[in-house]
Amino acid sequence: MPIDISAEYLGLKLRSPLVPSASTLADDLDMLKKLEDAGASAVVLHSMFEEQIRRDRDELFERTEQGTESFAEALTYFPEIADGGLKPDERLEQIGKAKKALKIPVIASLNGSSLGGWTDYAQKIEQAGADALELNIYTIPTDLDEPGTKVENTAVEIVRAVRKVVKIPLGVKCSPFYSNMANMAKRFVDAGANGLVLFNRFYQPDVDLENVGIRPKVLWSTPQAARLPLTWIGILYGRLKVDFAATSGVHTGRDALKMLMVGANVTMIASALYRHGIKHLPVMEREIVEWMEKNEYESVHQLRGSLSQINCPDPSAFERAHYMRALQTPPAA
Amino acid sequence: MSETHFKTIDAGEAVASVAFRTNEVIAIYPITPSSTMAEWSDAWMYEMKKNIWGDVPYVYQMQSEGGVAGAVHGALQTGSLATTFTASQGLLLMIPNMYKIAGELTPTVFHVAARSLAAQGLSIFGDHQDVMAARQTGWAMLCSVSVQEAMDFAAISQAASLKSRIPFVHFFDGFRTSHEVQKVAYLEDDTLRALIDDADIHAHRARGLTPEKPVMRGSAQNPDVYFQGRETVNPFYDACPGITQSIMDRFAKLTGRQYKLYDYVGASDADRVIVIMGSGAETAEETAKVLNASGQKVGVLKVRLYRPLDAASFLKALPTTVKRIAVLDRTKEPGSAGEPLFTDVVSTVFEAIAANAAPFKTVPIIVGGRYGLSSKDFTPGMAKAVFDNLLAPKPKGHFTIGINDDVGHTSLAWDPHFSAEPKNGVRALFYGLGSDGTVSANKNSIKIIGENTEGYAQGYFVYDSKKAGSITISHLRFGPEPIHAPYLISEADFLGIHNPVFLERFDLLEQMKEGGTVLLNTPFGPNEIWDELPRIFQEKLISKKLRFFVIDANAVAKEAGLRGLINTVMQSCFFGISNVLPRERAIEQIKNSIMKAYGKKGEEVVQMNLRSVDMSLEHMFEVKIPAKATSLKELPPSVAEGAPDYVRDVIGTMIRNQGDCLPVSAMSIDGTFPVGTAAFEKRNLAQEIPVWDTATCIQCNKCVMICPHSVIRSKVVEPALLANAPSTFKSRDAIERDWKGQKFLLQVAPEDCTGCNLCVEICPARNKSEAKLKAINMRPQPPLRATEKENWDFFLGLPEYDRRKLKIERINQVQIQTPLFEFSGACSGCGETPYLKLLSQIWGDRALIANATGCSSIYGGNLPTTPWTKNKDGRGPAWSNSLFEDNAEFGLGFRLSVNQQMEIARDLVKKLASQLGDDLVTGLLEAKQRDEAGIYDQRERVKILKEKLKSIPGQTSARLSDLADVLVRRSVWIVGGDGWAYDIGFGGLDHVFASGMDVNILVLDTGVYSNTGGQLSKATPRAAVAKFATGGKSSVKKDLGLMAMSYGNIYVAEVAMGARDEQTLRSFLEAESFDGPSLIIAYSHCIAHGINMTKALDSQKAAVGSGQWLLYRHDPRRIAQGQNPLVIDSRPAAMKMEDFYLRENRFKMLTKTAPEHAKDLWGRSQVDTDSRWALYNYMASRPVVPAAAAAPAVSAAAPTN
Repeated sequence: MPIDISAEYLGLKLRSPLVPSASTLADDLDMLKKLEDAGASAVVLHSMFEEQIRRDRDELFERTEQGTESFAEALTYFPEIADGGLKPDERLEQIGKAKKALKIPVIASLNGSSLGGWTDYAQKIEQAGADALELNIYTIPTDLDEPGTKVENTAVEIVRAVRKVVKIPLGVKCSPFYSNMANMAKRFVDAGANGLVLFNRFYQPDVDLENVGIRPKVLWSTPQAARLPLTWIGILYGRLKVDFAATSGVHTGRDALKMLMVGANVTMIASALYRHGIKHLPVMEREIVEWMEKNEYESVHQLRGSLSQINCPDPSAFERAHYMRALQTPPAA
Repeated sequence: MSETHFKTIDAGEAVASVAFRTNEVIAIYPITPSSTMAEWSDAWMYEMKKNIWGDVPYVYQMQSEGGVAGAVHGALQTGSLATTFTASQGLLLMIPNMYKIAGELTPTVFHVAARSLAAQGLSIFGDHQDVMAARQTGWAMLCSVSVQEAMDFAAISQAASLKSRIPFVHFFDGFRTSHEVQKVAYLEDDTLRALIDDADIHAHRARGLTPEKPVMRGSAQNPDVYFQGRETVNPFYDACPGITQSIMDRFAKLTGRQYKLYDYVGASDADRVIVIMGSGAETAEETAKVLNASGQKVGVLKVRLYRPLDAASFLKALPTTVKRIAVLDRTKEPGSAGEPLFTDVVSTVFEAIAANAAPFKTVPIIVGGRYGLSSKDFTPGMAKAVFDNLLAPKPKGHFTIGINDDVGHTSLAWDPHFSAEPKNGVRALFYGLGSDGTVSANKNSIKIIGENTEGYAQGYFVYDSKKAGSITISHLRFGPEPIHAPYLISEADFLGIHNPVFLERFDLLEQMKEGGTVLLNTPFGPNEIWDELPRIFQEKLISKKLRFFVIDANAVAKEAGLRGLINTVMQSCFFGISNVLPRERAIEQIKNSIMKAYGKKGEEVVQMNLRSVDMSLEHMFEVKIPAKATSLKELPPSVAEGAPDYVRDVIGTMIRNQGDCLPVSAMSIDGTFPVGTAAFEKRNLAQEIPVWDTATCIQCNKCVMICPHSVIRSKVVEPALLANAPSTFKSRDAIERDWKGQKFLLQVAPEDCTGCNLCVEICPARNKSEAKLKAINMRPQPPLRATEKENWDFFLGLPEYDRRKLKIERINQVQIQTPLFEFSGACSGCGETPYLKLLSQIWGDRALIANATGCSSIYGGNLPTTPWTKNKDGRGPAWSNSLFEDNAEFGLGFRLSVNQQMEIARDLVKKLASQLGDDLVTGLLEAKQRDEAGIYDQRERVKILKEKLKSIPGQTSARLSDLADVLVRRSVWIVGGDGWAYDIGFGGLDHVFASGMDVNILVLDTGVYSNTGGQLSKATPRAAVAKFATGGKSSVKKDLGLMAMSYGNIYVAEVAMGARDEQTLRSFLEAESFDGPSLIIAYSHCIAHGINMTKALDSQKAAVGSGQWLLYRHDPRRIAQGQNPLVIDSRPAAMKMEDFYLRENRFKMLTKTAPEHAKDLWGRSQVDTDSRWALYNYMASRPVVPAAAAAPAVSAAAPTN
């Protein structure tokens, strides 16, 4: 009997649990097509950043209107953009194009910066035809006077507000840096999330010694990064009625298997594809199948959550008691 | 009659809408003030708007107006309906073709926003000099006097031309009518269809050239028949007036607006009549009404059809009772018997009298006068003076009105307070800074009244001659009746002062009517503002019993999230207190217009503006005005202390906006002005200025080189000279080995800086402890102003380093030379001016500069103050602007002249050799003069020569005295933008390339016609959005350098100072030293690129980094050394074109409006760049062909036609 690697995520039936995550890989149609051909079971499009869209638009008007109505010979410097002359943002257009070009589900990703922006763009994304929406809640609170509760309430409010205005399934990609991740997970679910994407990775700046400055630098994830989502999916699985997508540190089929076994519905992959190319996707899939064959698993459904906290032989392994033990064990060479 | 819809538009839009809808081919070229008509047409084509036959007209830009006329001629000859728009020199360039078009009886209409001609100076403003220069071409000429008439006559002339076969010039006053915003009854498509006969179109089409029925036109004719052929057209001209009147009559049936070829208004039994064309007719008519109401008997004859002049209709229109006629011409024809309309009227009247066909009871006295040149205001007071002149026993003839002619004594005096304005209107003035939203808010206010109420509104906007820190003055009228007042407001009911800086610059309340209302944007509240006001302002608030309101509009805008955009705030306040509309209704209308105007900018922007409306009224306060003025603040002088008398009295008057008061005697007779006047106008534009950190500075002088306004300077001096320096004056030991033991100085001119930030951007040094800081950092200007002014003055007084000892190939050394181009009125952060400044620093004291019309001629030569200046010895660039199209030839003329004079002088030296002495003669004739020392030595010799000549009698000596200076080598520069070099002037430029003459051509390449508002040129890169390329330029940028290189003997360089300044310097030095034509194509970032101007150098780096802009030098001298002449200074592209394009909104715009098209063009641009790189590399690596002569070839024979 063939191994059944199909998965279900956000109500979508997927042929495998391997989903390329939101990244520049999912920027253009050719690449999306290649991902589909390589076996991706769904794609998460590159995040739409409300701030960037707004900044682009503001900048367009600000820069093309500078110097106007100053000098009699040049009252303007650009042809006026006619009412309705601005096309919808290309990322919205991309959703429709991706839907047309692909057979696999298309999940859009949104990073808003204002409540109005979240709901406005969520609706536009739904209208553009996305099968599901991933809310990329990415903030780095730096205000010394802003309490954590406010940060948390804002995040939950975003999910609630978007839920009210769209019908498509919602995934919430969030940070692990909440005082009580479990409570936040529950609040996201209560607010209407159908899936939790654990976790968002933050761009961290680097020092540029050549030019003596700070520059943003995206680092690929390492397999070690998998431990954090693995921990929390394991803890939350079965305790919340929600799907899980594991993201960060999934580089091999074995990494994916681990995530599935602690409870992930799907695993999301980016760094491994950047590093090894799209051809790595079928390699991962083959690793999963081979391992399942070897260990006589019939389906992903069967193994999913089998090593979550509620199902594993030693639940304390996910908690502090295990932490104490770990400290007393020397790291492997 | 169809239902009337009103629109609030200017004449440019009104005329363009008719021309667009009644034509099929439209050839265009930008020229102020007609450019907007072309811009509208291009935009409508892009929007796929259709003409009245359901087709989208094809709008195509040509390389010049001459080209436009040719293209229109061709389109007409092949049976299309074709048109164009132009003005001024543009119309002049069309004249040769206009003769052809008329000679072939071809129907068309050229719509002309009539403008002055360049004579003693250029003027972009309105008068009839251009159309009068075309009156002999055989075209009919129809003149409209208002925005409504401009729209109506655009249609009437189109129909009349088609029917009569006579081509029409339809003209109206540039700016005064073309740019005046008025409420007009819009001509619908149905009206236009009904006005134009299909049969006329069919007949035109049938006359078109076609191989199916071949004919030939354009033959060469001989003495036997040419004359007869020329006379064949007479019946058509005879019929034209009648046809035009019949079209006017048909138009009246369609719209209710009846026009006559010669419309008389006023008393039917008038004894005095003014005959006039253009907007001044409205003023004269309104004045006549007032005079007639007081019992006088006057009238005005508006000449609408000037050519063909229909004598019978003209005479019939005049009242038979007329005894005295004043004919007003808005033109000047020096040396004539009188201006053209005057002489036409005289000959018409007296020919009739001679034929006993005149209807007049007595023989009228006819006098002529000039008025309104270059948009000089023509007011009711002036019209009254013209009527009054006719009362004199011997009315003055050949008079002027509107100026004080204390030289020729032609002028009539007038009463500036005489008013013909109705009592029931509101007149409002607004002072704003350019781009602060004041003008757009006012245009919006006019639309609100014009399109949403039964009332009428008029707007006219006066702009600045400077591009940075410019001032705008908006003149708005509102009233229940149509407004016929084409002149500036002199008594305002309302004054909006949108920036407090105006308080100390102008006597703002002079124009206020008693009991009027003043609104000031100020950070001071109602209780604090009084003590901040100048004395004159306080006094007039009291004496004129004005109401005075204040609002901190910047704070309100900021609170509403509008980032300092105060337009909505000030507009709301205006409607709140001006009584133009009931407050509630006004607020509702403002909010409606906000939703309409800002919708495309996003919901957040709409909401912020809506929020600011309510907040504005809450934050506006009326100031209680004390009974007595208490202020001790006087208005500061308009020019700096120590300015020469001429600058103080003449230039200063212009700066105070009082140039209208200057008499004729104050003006130069031949357009000659002293240089360096910009230095006396302290504009204090910068909020922040650069401050030098001596410890961090590495003394590279890159900041000095890039400064577009020449406000950051460096010097190297002996330490002892700083003994008496002001306490805050900064210096540091010079790092440069050549300057050991001396002090390095870097100083900013605080009152001249525009705060553009480019100096900080280019600074390569970073503070070791606080990396955000550089060696120069921007700091608020006000607290530094006084001390830095003192430091600047001290700095200027310090001696300059001996130029002979400088290694000018090094930036740090060349940049301590004093620029002879300073404080121009260019845009803040201009990308062109650093190149001009560099030129002036190295060769300014011996440069002759021919400057094409464009940005560089405007910031370089627009009054009141100009930046080209002279050094301490009184030497500096001699600069002149001839025209747009002829600059290469103009500059070549400099070289021909200088060479000829030099040869004469050398011959004379040889002739006087025995008296001058061998050493001097040999020195003079064999001087190398290739560097500063050589020039210095030659100057010394010339000094000795002049001394010796004083004691040598005779004509030879006298002639040599006149020409001696030319023995010092002249550096001839031909400067202009890409519109000149790539398009209109290319033919001449090419000829100069071929001449082999020693001229240096500097092309300031912004990739658009920057001065006229960013229209497409052949230098525009593919994919860029520009005016006339709304959908992005689809063709590749012309490779001017490659074309020049093909001659083989031309030095060519492409440079980008912001990317590689050392390559720029090297190119300039090589180009100037090359004994033949040199071409430098200089990348010039521009406000028309849609970039952040404070980060413009990053754009230059990206242009070079992507390969879009290639740095190279092609020096034919290398061939003689067996080397390839071409050296590529660019490195292989380190970034994709896309990454460069994403930096600039001229490219990004298309991704927002036509993303698929943008993708295609961006892809093709990458191919362009890759191909060009490959081609240039191939050329640079080719083996040298020794036969190619390195020496520039001097053209052996004059070219023939």
